[in-house]
Amino acid sequence: MDPRPRSFYVLATVFGLFLLFLYGPTITIAILSFQGPEGGLTFPMRGASLHWFRDLFEQQAVGDIWGSFGRSLVLGLLVMATTVVVSVMGGLAFRKRFRGSGLLFQLVIASLVIPSILVSLGVGLIFTQAGLPIHWATSGFGAQLTWTLPFGLLIMFAVFNRFDPAYEEAARDGGATPWQTVRHVVLPIIAPSLLGVGLFGFTLSYDEFARTLLTSGSRNTLPLEIYGMTTNVTTPVIFALGTLTTVFSLLVIGAFLLTLRIAARRRARAGSDAGRAV
Amino acid sequence: MPPETLSLAGSAGTPPLARPAAPRRASWRGSRHLTGWLLAAPLALVLALFLVAPIAMIAVVSFWTATEFSIVPAFSLENYQFLLGSGVTWRVLLNTVKYAAITWAITLTLGFTVAYFLAFHVRSQAWQTALFLLCTIPFWTSNIIRMISWIPFLGREGIANSALLSWGVIDQPLDWLLFSDFSVILAFVHLYTLFMVVPIFNTMMRIDRRLLEAASDAGASGLQTLRHVVLPLTRPGIMIGTIFVLTLVMGDFITVRFMSGSQSANVGRLIQNDIGLLQYPSASATSVLLLIVTLMVIGVLLRLVDIRKEL
Repeated sequence: MDPRPRSFYVLATVFGLFLLFLYGPTITIAILSFQGPEGGLTFPMRGASLHWFRDLFEQQAVGDIWGSFGRSLVLGLLVMATTVVVSVMGGLAFRKRFRGSGLLFQLVIASLVIPSILVSLGVGLIFTQAGLPIHWATSGFGAQLTWTLPFGLLIMFAVFNRFDPAYEEAARDGGATPWQTVRHVVLPIIAPSLLGVGLFGFTLSYDEFARTLLTSGSRNTLPLEIYGMTTNVTTPVIFALGTLTTVFSLLVIGAFLLTLRIAARRRARAGSDAGRAV
Repeated sequence: MPPETLSLAGSAGTPPLARPAAPRRASWRGSRHLTGWLLAAPLALVLALFLVAPIAMIAVVSFWTATEFSIVPAFSLENYQFLLGSGVTWRVLLNTVKYAAITWAITLTLGFTVAYFLAFHVRSQAWQTALFLLCTIPFWTSNIIRMISWIPFLGREGIANSALLSWGVIDQPLDWLLFSDFSVILAFVHLYTLFMVVPIFNTMMRIDRRLLEAASDAGASGLQTLRHVVLPLTRPGIMIGTIFVLTLVMGDFITVRFMSGSQSANVGRLIQNDIGLLQYPSASATSVLLLIVTLMVIGVLLRLVDIRKEL
């Protein structure tokens, strides 16, 4: 292999600094969340303790964070499931041109680029004017979908752009109905990408702030609760909460990557006899 | 840019998008639109209810009037007269554009460099995947937490100030590190650079490596190859990243509010202020202005790139 050019080392340094920039602050608050009971929002550490994590379990210190965590979790799962189903259906639909497909595609892009606060404001206005109660599971759910669906759909486009139609033709030639083709041929092949769509759906919903701001009603989701804390909490308890919710996000991502790996391995094993004569 | 280069890279690197339609049986042809509509119906329904209708509602309400406690249906141009007649609006709009332009320039430079390193300098695929993942993981964590995490760094007694003080670079803590335009832009760059890295990396990975060899065989220096081969072929990725970064920054209100300590404003903050005062008609008029400006910018950019082709 050729020796590395000098530019490699320069760029590698830039890349390293970029990673430090990306992760440094998060690591800092993770360390500071173990601040002693007397400590403040910055270094130095005055001892080390779990004091601020314990505070998270006391209502008077932090408010209803566990309730809001529960709501964010449920909402995230709802959004995830809906995003996967609707994106797959949409992805399948867009494989063939149908009347209005161009317009619908432009709407998807619009959904991605229209500022979140407009969606939030508009949905809130509609619900109030129609006399419907504003609730995270109705208006909040719908507002978040306008953010997760475009991502899900764009992933599906990427997937189907690389999809070899020969598999479907083989299934059709073998006498499968269109539904059987989708169910037994297309879906298993695209399954790993569906995990990705699910990951997007869940995490984008779990962390969404702007679109939920005016659509969640009287009960906050976790990001709203955290935002509220930034204005009146001046102790490291907010770092403890930040650390916990980041760890939770990392666990979700980790679980996703693990599932993907296991699936790939199982597939490699199951597929090993492909192409051999019966 | 020679068009042959582009089409060569396109055909070698990407699967063709528009395949010749497979011969269909006659009965399939009639149901084609119907199947498409049925499959797309949930998507269309969600977008109609939660995107089109809300935007239409905002447009309508922007002509309404407000009392202290409620909003009143009317047809009044009052909100727009006030909005467009006020010097504040234009200053804030200018500030919004300024944030967007500076953030764009920095995220593009940084994102391009990072993507270039990943795509052309990391040789093993396992490392490439691992490092790429490292760049994208923060995307799936909370933006608000990532903003908060700058406090211990930038505050008066934060890490940056104490380090600079102890090195003797400064003898007074710097006040402009936190709650300033500097910290706002820093947070934008921190939050949104990966929106540049991902699409640029994606297009770079599709560049046919033989083109680079050809350039080098023909005597081009590394920089010339970068300027005349890589950069033009990466343009679609740059455009997509640009669209993301510009719309996210222009529509933002929370980063500006939090990182400027409510001392700076952009259009999103104007809207949020009005909402806080229950002045929904006025918030709606400002929203319409923001929407028009954003769509104009995106409209221009979309003319330069075909998103569906680039996925």
